Amino acid sequence: MTPRTRAVAWAAVPVRWVRVGVPVAFLVAFFVYPVATILGRGLWPDGHLDLSPLGDVVGDAALRDIAWFTVWQAALSTVLALAVGLPGAFVLARYRFRGRALVRALIVVPFVLPTIVVASAFLALGVEPSLGAILLAHVFFNYAVVVRIVGGLWAHLDPHQEEAARVLGASRVRAFAGVTLPALRPAILAAASITFLFTFTSFGVILVLGGPTRSTLETEIYRQTAQLLDLRTAAALSILQLVAVVVLLIAAGRFQGRRDVALGLRATSDTARPVRSLGDRALLGANLTLMLALLGVPMAVLLARSFATANGPSFGFYRALGELRSGSVLFVPPVDAIANSLLFAVVATTIALVVGGLAAFAVVRHRRGRALEAALALPLGISAVTVGFGFLIALDEGPLDLRTSWIIVPIAHALIAIPFVVWLIAPILRSIDPHLREAAAVLGAPPRRVWREVDLPIVGRAFAIAAGFAFAISLGEFGATLFIARPERPTLPVVIYRLLGQPGAQNFGAAMAASTILMALTVIAILTAERVRVGDIGTF
Amino acid sequence: MLMIDNLTVSYGEHRALDGIDLTVGDAEIVCVLGPSGGGKSTLLRAIAGLESPTTGRIRRDGADLAGVPTHHRRLGLMFQDHALFPHRDVIGNVMFGLRMHGVSRAEARTRASETLTLVGLGGYEQRAVHELSGGEQQRVALARALAPAPALLMLDEPLGALDRALREHLVDELGALFRTLGLAVLLVTHDHDEAFALGDRVVILNRGRIEQAGSPVELWTRPATAFVADFLGWNVTRALAPGLVAVRPDALRLEADNGRPAPRMLGTVTRQTFRRDHWRIHVELADGTALDVELRDSRAPELGAAVAISVDPADVIALPD
Repeated sequence: MTPRTRAVAWAAVPVRWVRVGVPVAFLVAFFVYPVATILGRGLWPDGHLDLSPLGDVVGDAALRDIAWFTVWQAALSTVLALAVGLPGAFVLARYRFRGRALVRALIVVPFVLPTIVVASAFLALGVEPSLGAILLAHVFFNYAVVVRIVGGLWAHLDPHQEEAARVLGASRVRAFAGVTLPALRPAILAAASITFLFTFTSFGVILVLGGPTRSTLETEIYRQTAQLLDLRTAAALSILQLVAVVVLLIAAGRFQGRRDVALGLRATSDTARPVRSLGDRALLGANLTLMLALLGVPMAVLLARSFATANGPSFGFYRALGELRSGSVLFVPPVDAIANSLLFAVVATTIALVVGGLAAFAVVRHRRGRALEAALALPLGISAVTVGFGFLIALDEGPLDLRTSWIIVPIAHALIAIPFVVWLIAPILRSIDPHLREAAAVLGAPPRRVWREVDLPIVGRAFAIAAGFAFAISLGEFGATLFIARPERPTLPVVIYRLLGQPGAQNFGAAMAASTILMALTVIAILTAERVRVGDIGTF
Repeated sequence: MLMIDNLTVSYGEHRALDGIDLTVGDAEIVCVLGPSGGGKSTLLRAIAGLESPTTGRIRRDGADLAGVPTHHRRLGLMFQDHALFPHRDVIGNVMFGLRMHGVSRAEARTRASETLTLVGLGGYEQRAVHELSGGEQQRVALARALAPAPALLMLDEPLGALDRALREHLVDELGALFRTLGLAVLLVTHDHDEAFALGDRVVILNRGRIEQAGSPVELWTRPATAFVADFLGWNVTRALAPGLVAVRPDALRLEADNGRPAPRMLGTVTRQTFRRDHWRIHVELADGTALDVELRDSRAPELGAAVAISVDPADVIALPD
C-alpha cells in the first residue's frame, strides 16, 4: 500500500462512521428510546412483564370499535382515493395538453398542506363533522399520492402494448384489464399502501372533522393521555397500532418485492398523445373539473372565509390574531405562534437536512443502506402521536431531559421529516449517471472540480427540494406538537386547533385567518424550494 | 383484399397522410418505404382503427371499416418495439389474440404452440419475455400477430430493432414464411433492402403522399420523382442534360482526365469512401455541383485528382421538374 492510498483510507473511516453513526444515534435517542419507554410503561409497569393492559384494551368493546373504525375508514378512504385518483393519473400520464406541467405541480399542493388547514378548509365549506367529511379530507390529501405514483409509472408504460391487445381482438375494457392494469399493479399497490398508512394514522382530520363521537386509535391515544391521563391504556393502544403498522409495512414490502418484471418502459415523451376526439376532451374536462372542485374549492373558500367578517370583507380576523382575548384558551396572542412555527421550522429543517442528508449518502453508498432507509421511515409509519407521546414520557431525565426545552418540538418535526428527506435525496444520488462524472473527468476536470460541476448542482437541487418539504412538514406538524409544545410556545396548527375548539364566529374567523397564513407559508416554502437552482444546471 | 381510397389523416394543420390510394391483394406483400416521419406508421394505425381518418375510405373485402372498432377488424399488427406483454410468458402472449376471439383455452394453447414452432420458437412456451434476445422477441411478436389468422398482417419496421447480420438473415426467412402461408402483408420500413427483398410491390411514401408505387424492379430502374431517385441513392442533377435527370452512381464511369473531348464532365475528387465491395467517389464538377460515382476497383483516385466522368445516355432518366 502506498502512503497516498493509506492516507485516503484513513480519511475515509471517520466519514463512513459519521454517515451511518449520526442517523443511527439520532434514531436511537429520539425514536427507539421513546418507543421502548412506551413499551416499558405499558408492559413492564413494575419491573416484570404484564400483558394485562393489552388484554384490557382488546377486551374493551368501545376500544375494539375504535380499532375497527380505524381500519375500515382507512380502507374506505384508500378505495375512494384510488377510484378518484386513477382516472386523474390516466389523464395526466397519457394526454399532452397545455398546462399539464402546471396541473401536475398544483395537485401536489394539498399533499403538503397541514392537516389542520385542510380540516379548517372543509369546515369553512360548511361540511359538518361526519364520516363523509373525514373521507373527503382523506381523498383530498391522497389524491396526489395516487396520481403521482400511479401516473408516474403509467406515463412510462408503452402504449403499444394496449394497442397490440386491441388489434388482437380485445375491447378497450379488456385491453385495459388484461394488459395495462397488471403492469400498473405495483404502483397501485404502493399508492394504496401509502394512502392506507396515512389514513390509518390520520390525526388532525379525525380530531376536527370526526366530531366528538368518532375516534381512531391515533386520536384515542391522544385522548387517553391528554384528557384521561391513562398512560397504560395509551401505551397499550400505541403498541397495537405499532404492530399493525409494522405488519402492514412488511406486507406492502412483500408485494412490491415482486415488481421485478421488465416492463418495457418508455420515455414519457413517447407515450402521451394530444387531446383529439370528443371522448378525449370529455375525459380530460371531467378530470380537470374534479381536481378543481375537490382540491381548489376548499382552499379558495378557506381564503374567502378568512376575510368574511360580520362587517363585510376586511382584515378583521387577521388583526384579531394580534390580541390575547380574556377568557381565551391561549396563553399568548396567536400571532406569536407564527414566529414559533417559523423558528421551529428552521431548526427542524436544519436537523432533518443534516441527519437525513448523511443518511441518504449512507443509504446509497453502503450495502446495508436499505435497512437504514427502512428504519428511518418507521417514525412516519408509527405515527406522530406515538412519537409525541414517547417524547413526553421518555425525554424527562438525564442528558435527554428536554421536556421543558423548546428544542424538543423541532426534534420531533425533524424525526418525521427525515424519511422524506432521504426519499427525495437518495434516488437522485443514485441516479447521477457515472458517465457524467467520467465525461467531466475525460474532459480534464480534476476530482474536486467534477464534484463541483456535476454532483453539486444535482445534489444541491435535491437538498433544496428536501429543505422545502422538511420546512412544510414542520410548519404543518400537528399530532406530535399537540403533545409536546409548551402552552406559552404554541405553533400555528396548535393555535388553529384551539381556536376551532372555541365557540363563536370571531374564533372561527381567526382560525380561518391563521389557517390561511399557514397555507400561504407552506406554499411559499415549497415554491421557493422548487425554484432554487444550485449551479447553472437546468431542470432534469 | 384491402382497398384504401383517398385516405387523409390530419392533426390540426399537419397532414400525416394526404390522399392515399392503396390496394393490398390477397396473398400480396406490399412494402411501404419512406423516411421516418413520412406517415408510414400512421397508415398502419389508421387501417387498424387506432387513428381516425379525416377523410377517405378503408374497405376490407368490400366492407367499409369505418366505425368498426379496432378489436373487430381481424388484423395483425406487429409493432417496431414488439410491445410484448411483460407480465405474460411467451405462450401467454401468443394465446392472447386467440382467447380474445373466443377460442377455448386448450385449443388456443395448441394453436399458439404450433405458431411458435412455425416461427422457430418451439419449446419457448414457458419462457418470460424479458429473458429473450431481441431476435427471439421479434419472433414472439410475429407469432402473436399470426396466431389468430388475421385477414391482413401489418408489420411496422419489423426488423428495425435488430442488428444488421440478424436482419439480413430474417429478411429471407420472413419472405419464405409469408409466401408459404399465402398471407396478405402490409409492411412499412425505411430500409431499402428489406422493402425490395420482401415486396411484391413497393410504395414510396413521403410527407404523407405516395411518390411512386410499382414492382421492386420498376422502382429500382425507373424512379419517377426526384425524391424517389434521391431516396434510392441516385444522383439527381442538372449537370448531365438540360433538365433535371437521375443517374445511378454505378452507371457513371470514371477516367483520368486525359484531355479527350466530350461527352464527359471534368471534376475533382473531394471524398472517397470504401464500402465493402466498391468505392464511392464524390466528385465536384467545375460548375460547383457534385456527383457520386460507384467504382468497382481495388484502387481509387487520390483526393484532389482531376477526373473525367462519362455516362451512357441510356442510363440517364429524365425527371419531372
